[in-house]
Amino acid sequence: MNTRTYTGLPRWLYGLAVLAALVVVLPLAAIVARVNWVDFLPLVTSESALSALGLSLRTSVASTLLCIVLGVPLALVLARGRFPLQGLLRSLVLLPLVLPPVVGGIALLYTFGRQGLLGGTLEVLGLQIAFSTTAVVLAQTFVALPFLVVSLEGAVRTGGQRYEAVAATLGAPPGVVFRRVTLPLMLPGLASGAVLSFARSLGEFGATLTFAGSLQGVTRTLPLEIYLQRETDPDAAVALSLVLVAVAVAVVALAYRRPAGRGVRQASTERATASAAPGGTVP
Amino acid sequence: MTFSYQAALAERGFDVTMSLAAGETVAVMGPNGAGKSTLLSSIAGLLKPDGGRAELNGRTIFHLGGNSSRWTPPHRRGTALLAQEPLLFPHLTALDNVAFGPRSAGVPRKAANREAERWLAEVEALDLARRRPAELSGGQAQRVAVARALATDPALLLLDEPMAALDIHSAPLLRRLLKRVLAERQAVIVTHDVLDALMLADRVLILDGGKVVEHGPTRRVLEQPRSPFAAGLAGLNFMPGTLTKDGIRTGRGREVAGHLEEAGPRHGPGGPGVAVFPPSAVSVFLTDAHGSPRNSFPVSITDLEPHGDQIRVRAGGLAADITPAASADLGLVPGMTVHFVVKAAAVSVYEA
Amino acid sequence: MKRATGILLAAIALAAGLSGCANSSTNPAAGGTEKTLTVFAAASLKSSFTELAETYEAQHPGTKVVLNFAGSSDLATQIGQGAPADVFAAADTRNMGKVADAGLADGEPAVFATNTLAIAVPAGNFAGISSFADLAKGGTRVVVCARQVPCGAAAATIAERQGTVLKPVSEENSVTDVLGKVISGEADAGLVYVTDVRSAGDKVESVPFPEAGAAVNSYPITVLAGAQDKEAARAFLNLVTGAEGQSVLAGAGFGAGRK
Repeated sequence: MNTRTYTGLPRWLYGLAVLAALVVVLPLAAIVARVNWVDFLPLVTSESALSALGLSLRTSVASTLLCIVLGVPLALVLARGRFPLQGLLRSLVLLPLVLPPVVGGIALLYTFGRQGLLGGTLEVLGLQIAFSTTAVVLAQTFVALPFLVVSLEGAVRTGGQRYEAVAATLGAPPGVVFRRVTLPLMLPGLASGAVLSFARSLGEFGATLTFAGSLQGVTRTLPLEIYLQRETDPDAAVALSLVLVAVAVAVVALAYRRPAGRGVRQASTERATASAAPGGTVP
Repeated sequence: MTFSYQAALAERGFDVTMSLAAGETVAVMGPNGAGKSTLLSSIAGLLKPDGGRAELNGRTIFHLGGNSSRWTPPHRRGTALLAQEPLLFPHLTALDNVAFGPRSAGVPRKAANREAERWLAEVEALDLARRRPAELSGGQAQRVAVARALATDPALLLLDEPMAALDIHSAPLLRRLLKRVLAERQAVIVTHDVLDALMLADRVLILDGGKVVEHGPTRRVLEQPRSPFAAGLAGLNFMPGTLTKDGIRTGRGREVAGHLEEAGPRHGPGGPGVAVFPPSAVSVFLTDAHGSPRNSFPVSITDLEPHGDQIRVRAGGLAADITPAASADLGLVPGMTVHFVVKAAAVSVYEA
Repeated sequence: MKRATGILLAAIALAAGLSGCANSSTNPAAGGTEKTLTVFAAASLKSSFTELAETYEAQHPGTKVVLNFAGSSDLATQIGQGAPADVFAAADTRNMGKVADAGLADGEPAVFATNTLAIAVPAGNFAGISSFADLAKGGTRVVVCARQVPCGAAAATIAERQGTVLKPVSEENSVTDVLGKVISGEADAGLVYVTDVRSAGDKVESVPFPEAGAAVNSYPITVLAGAQDKEAARAFLNLVTGAEGQSVLAGAGFGAGRK
């Protein structure tokens, strides 16, 4: 850290910044302070806790994969495609970011539930979504997808599509361009987007509770387990909260870790000057 | 082995016709917004014009308008594009970058790598093969980019100001390299630098406002410019008008005496013509100094700027180069009215 | 660091000021003489207590009753953390016990109502549930409360007593969540309180079952030790346990309390 260069920050700003940090850090510290360390291990390794943690990890991995499979095309189409009502679609896709999760749960219920929009069709196909682990994954995907799409679309948009244009003039068909240029270039953005989605899935509570229910081993994820344990065993709730905080900290640290190599897209656009190659002007 | 092109794009006021003979390189020049990038993008297939038609080596690469809507996608055109920035794929080594084209064409990895090595050697960058783009200097990266473009064996090479982003030490090296590889190769090079046009191109095409305003062999265009832009490139004063028996008459009725460059002009007096003379042939006087055969133009000074060891006096759209001492003696400042005087013998007059 | 602490405190004061939560029982801004009585009550008491608060206000002009409805355990935790409340009415004795054991209750809590479980089915009762035993039929999607909450404990007690093995598709945190699943038709049946079925109106049907008597839930009420005005608090408690209160509670489906 260079302490010699001028920062231009007034001193009072540091005061407020410390305050902002405290708003976040203090409650987390309070959890740590409340942990019953003597019983910590038995509490977090109880059958119900392990089952909830396992379910949370499994469903979060599944929903993250689903987010990647569905989110990558969506982000690319939103960033580069041209079609009517594109702006509207973008706003709609971002909605789950600002919706209260319980609203998401209700919306999912009326979509995939028995009496829902698709429920009848699914029932005929022998698929029962409600009260199943699938419902948990759906709820998590619903709330986590925007995270992936937003971070990826931003990355894709800043990168522009000049590399893709060059690749095409070098004779690469769209499939090859996607596989050998677009995908590798979006990897850093995809990685952080996926990590954020995973974190959001892990923390998902409201939509799951409303839509999927709560049953040990099937739909009771760690946040639901914490909520339930709170009723009878606050110590267990605090201990499990700490586990969730630890996982979240690890995940966020992973997402914002400076990559070992330089961010590839950045490194090369830094050198490139502002003037656009012809590829940048494709309408 | 030829290229013919005609396309229009109303939205940008673009309407250009051009062609290339076998092995010919054409330099495209013109002010910003003239349509140079539109031209390259539409040839490369990255931008679709409203209408027009282009053929490359007997193959139609697009035919739009009327009942036809043929459009070959960029990857099947064989028109490799080299941009101002190298745009090397940052996640691939220099070698993999160069091998990208051949591999996309279905060449097996080993053969593609051998091909890439050959082209890296050709641009004197074989020692950089294992490096990532982030580890290359601007000049090195652009050389690798040249190799990458050539490795696709393009039917037509498109260069969009390839030297513009390079520092003054890297540019000459790349220019020499391009001169070598562009010989006997069909290429279109967009450039701002008259040196590129002279060294690399057989012909030059001047675009302005989306139209071709002038074209011809590079030397002729620079010696006898027929557009203000080309005159600017050649560093000449440019006055358009109509031919008279011993010069031209400008649009504002000013008579300019000069010597006719071509014996027996096609149209004779009354046809469009231009008068051209170098700034070094212009003298500056504070009063009207008539005397045949001389031209004297009263003008108001807009700018004074250093030009080599001379002072360039800009006034009334013309330029005069005088010594600093003369400038000081005359007490020249912007806003002053002076007379630009030029001998008729120094003024070239020819048909526009 | 002193400065940062100062800023922190200032910000907390600001947040408190902005959200307007003045923690006093009397509200001088509203005319000086108006008193407030804060009642913490279990969520299932919402309609009954809202009605009784109005009655109270009519009988005691100048006193405003502030009601805070939530799950009993949440309320007990809040009281334990020093929330300013005058009266606490819980939906089970265990949560009341937490408050009493901490010495926060003023006197012995009194049971003012009881509640028993009923089977709630979506309007139409498509799964054809007519008895408690029907809940164990294969393919029936039953939702109950988790064992950790009172309604779940009651359901477990009855099932054990009957020797019926329930295989619920979900064990919810609250009666509201169970009822929600029944109302939306996701569940074929849910075990909730009689009062909940009644308040849900015609979206659900109630299937009473005699075995419900095996698990009667008691609702205790107490004046809190920290009450600002014990007189007023006791008056409210008396209203609830008195004839008027009992009649309102019975109307909502509650069973009678015992003194």
